[in-house]
Amino acid sequence: MMSDKKILLTMRHITKTFPGVRALSDVDFTLRYGEIHALMGENGAGKSTLIKVLTGVEEMDNGEIYMDGIDHTIINRSPQEAQAIGISTVYQEINLCPNLSVAENIFIGREPKKFGRIDWKTMNRKAGDLLSNLNIHIDVSKPLSNYSVAIQQMVAIARAVDISSKVLILDEPTSSLDEQEVEKLFAVMQKLKESGIGIIFVTHFLDQVYKISDRITVLRNGCLVGEYETDKLPSVELVELMIGKEIDDLAKLRKEENDDNNGKKEIIVEARELGHTGTINPFNLKIHKGEVIGLSGLLGSGRSELARAVYGADKPDQGELYFKGKKLQVKTPLDAMKAGMAYLPENRKEEGIIEDLSVRENIIIALQARQGIFKMIRRKEQEEFADRIIDLLQIKTSGKDIPIKQLSGGNQQKVILGRWLLTNPDFLILDEPTRGIDVGTKTEIQKLVLKLAEEGKTVLFISSEIDEMLRVCNKIAVLRDRRMVSELKGDDLSQSNIMKAIAGGETGDE
Amino acid sequence: MNKIKHIWMKITGFSLFFPLLCLAVVLVINLIRTPDFFRISMNNGVLYGYVIDILNRSSELIILATGMTLVVAASGGTDISVGAVSAVAGAVCIYSLIGGASSDVYRIPYVLALVLGILAGTACGVFNGFLVAKLHIQPMVATLILFTAGRGIAQVLTQGFILYVRKESFKYLGNFLPGIPVPTPIFIAALVVILTILLLKRTSLGLYIQSVGVNRIASRLVGLNSSLIIFLVYVFSGFCAGIAGMIITSRVYSIDANNAGLNIELDAILAVAIGGNSLGGGKFTLIGSVIGAITIQALTTSLYAMKVTADQLPVYKAIVVVIIVAIQSPVVKRWMKAVRHKNALSGNRKKVKA
Repeated sequence: MMSDKKILLTMRHITKTFPGVRALSDVDFTLRYGEIHALMGENGAGKSTLIKVLTGVEEMDNGEIYMDGIDHTIINRSPQEAQAIGISTVYQEINLCPNLSVAENIFIGREPKKFGRIDWKTMNRKAGDLLSNLNIHIDVSKPLSNYSVAIQQMVAIARAVDISSKVLILDEPTSSLDEQEVEKLFAVMQKLKESGIGIIFVTHFLDQVYKISDRITVLRNGCLVGEYETDKLPSVELVELMIGKEIDDLAKLRKEENDDNNGKKEIIVEARELGHTGTINPFNLKIHKGEVIGLSGLLGSGRSELARAVYGADKPDQGELYFKGKKLQVKTPLDAMKAGMAYLPENRKEEGIIEDLSVRENIIIALQARQGIFKMIRRKEQEEFADRIIDLLQIKTSGKDIPIKQLSGGNQQKVILGRWLLTNPDFLILDEPTRGIDVGTKTEIQKLVLKLAEEGKTVLFISSEIDEMLRVCNKIAVLRDRRMVSELKGDDLSQSNIMKAIAGGETGDE
Repeated sequence: MNKIKHIWMKITGFSLFFPLLCLAVVLVINLIRTPDFFRISMNNGVLYGYVIDILNRSSELIILATGMTLVVAASGGTDISVGAVSAVAGAVCIYSLIGGASSDVYRIPYVLALVLGILAGTACGVFNGFLVAKLHIQPMVATLILFTAGRGIAQVLTQGFILYVRKESFKYLGNFLPGIPVPTPIFIAALVVILTILLLKRTSLGLYIQSVGVNRIASRLVGLNSSLIIFLVYVFSGFCAGIAGMIITSRVYSIDANNAGLNIELDAILAVAIGGNSLGGGKFTLIGSVIGAITIQALTTSLYAMKVTADQLPVYKAIVVVIIVAIQSPVVKRWMKAVRHKNALSGNRKKVKA
């Protein structure tokens, strides 16, 4: 049935080389009308590059792109050119203006005009209509930054949908959405699909691929592995195609921890009524040495904010923090770092990488910051450190002196992890360390977390994927509405228990 | 063919390529128009010539551009007060030296007056740094305060008069030291640049500045004190303005609060830009800014050598500056790339037809 559908977009023999890296070599891709086509692959497989070539962000070295209705090959030199022929994109990292209103963001560059001036009324009404089609009812005249990342993502999609008529590219659209929002998005995608739009869907969530997509194209190391019909490809096979090797049994990862030992073990972190006004209500927390403790909750539940308060990224204004038995005043992140903490922030692009600096500089920066201005790490030592980290974490890069922004997302994340490992911390806070990262790297990072715990390091692990948390955590604290609502461990650790705690209902005192 | 292309790419990829090219073009045009441009002669025991003059006259600009480069790199903003601050520094130096009237008698030791002058510049930097780093005022607005008020402060000290120091030794700093044929400002500028480079390379300050300039939030989370670093670069810029003020006043052995260092802040910003630095902050090259400063002065001097009058000078200077900045702009670079791409395509088509 599906093969009856008319072909909308064809890409043939696409090749793209970056200095030292062949990002794409001879890749074919076909998109049909009214189809949701998942583009799958590990980090650095070339998914983003393929999209960028299609949308004119990058120029391809070789290859041809055909689109139905256009009788010659297309070469897009800018996203505007791509948009003009009906190709719109919503990127992994939201590219909107946070200080403009929602309506302005949707209509920027094509505002409805009246007598040569912006017709605000019409614009706000239209924006409201577009969003209510997606079942989002918000005040469109408020600045975008007032809303959660999830809403911002939906606004980006609304904008793209409104502009594009033929091809819609969704690059990791669901990585910051919670489950309900994903459902909403899928409803929208389904609707768009029925109207004949071809959707290219880039994601790392396998279950979502199976839920929504019709076809899957798999890339690996810049090469095409193949195109498959979704219902004919079992997920285990898909994962194998993506990483090119048999996968380790993920379920075996979790170390069976005997909870009775915890009584004797040293307490590394203890928070007593610690809080930061406006982001996290006062909470109590005890973390033992060698433990991996998870923080679970919906977006905006305070899970990241709790971590930020402990690390001093938001200076706590209530309560006390004890670290390794001693009271610790964290005024700045540096204080926390000197005490032996490390913090991998949720938002890799804005808070993690220092994009124009080299991989080497990004790796040594935290250690250098701790050592201070006058104790400079010698160049030779810096290179040794960088080599060691690149080797340890298997970072794919064409060199240690290229800017980190040239690396794929997963490799950037590894660099940031490496940056912290280099400081040899006792306590690591990892906020969404596997977001937007392929299955292979994800497993590597999860294993690394367990290995660190075995070596006696303590980890605070935050993830929106519950099964991932179940795999690595000994104990999970659940947050809701900026409050810590329950702590689960041992036999209580199960998907359903966590879900129940997240959804609430047990605690009646609110 | 490929090899040549490879070498060519390597040369053009070198970050100082365009700044050096611009300087070279200015110098070559000079050589054609003014054949004796590069002649250096000895007169009364000191060196004379256009080249010496360019280096000498660009000294203040080099020093200011050094401070400006760090300000731009760390904060993504500019310090537009440096011209006025150098006037303040000059006024403080001369006022403390001779009081409120022209004189040939020092009230305090000369060296102490220099220190006071430079300290005054640094204090202005502290003020700017406080506004930008602690109060988070936009750099241009913050430094606009001293840009307008600075000359007023200098006027208060000089009571609106031009104060002259009628003592031969006061001229040494801005002209020649006895027995040394090279102008003193060249030594001072070189010293400032070399010490700054050492400071940036031998400590991790250079890395910190770039890191904060690229991503202030991420830098804070890895333990850098972003505010302190931004504060320090403004203090340093004030310090540089203080030194420049000492040279400016010594050249004319007087302080004219209205005209000392007038408009030089714009040249300093321009020097940073011509040097190939992004005014958005982040990665920077100090040598680039130095080359930029020399280019600007070379341009001025060569236009004079071509008998352009002082009142017409800004027009010619503007034309050349527009060209230099445009060549380095990302739009033109992309456009040149697109032209190359087109040529390649049409070349292929011809082959097909043949």
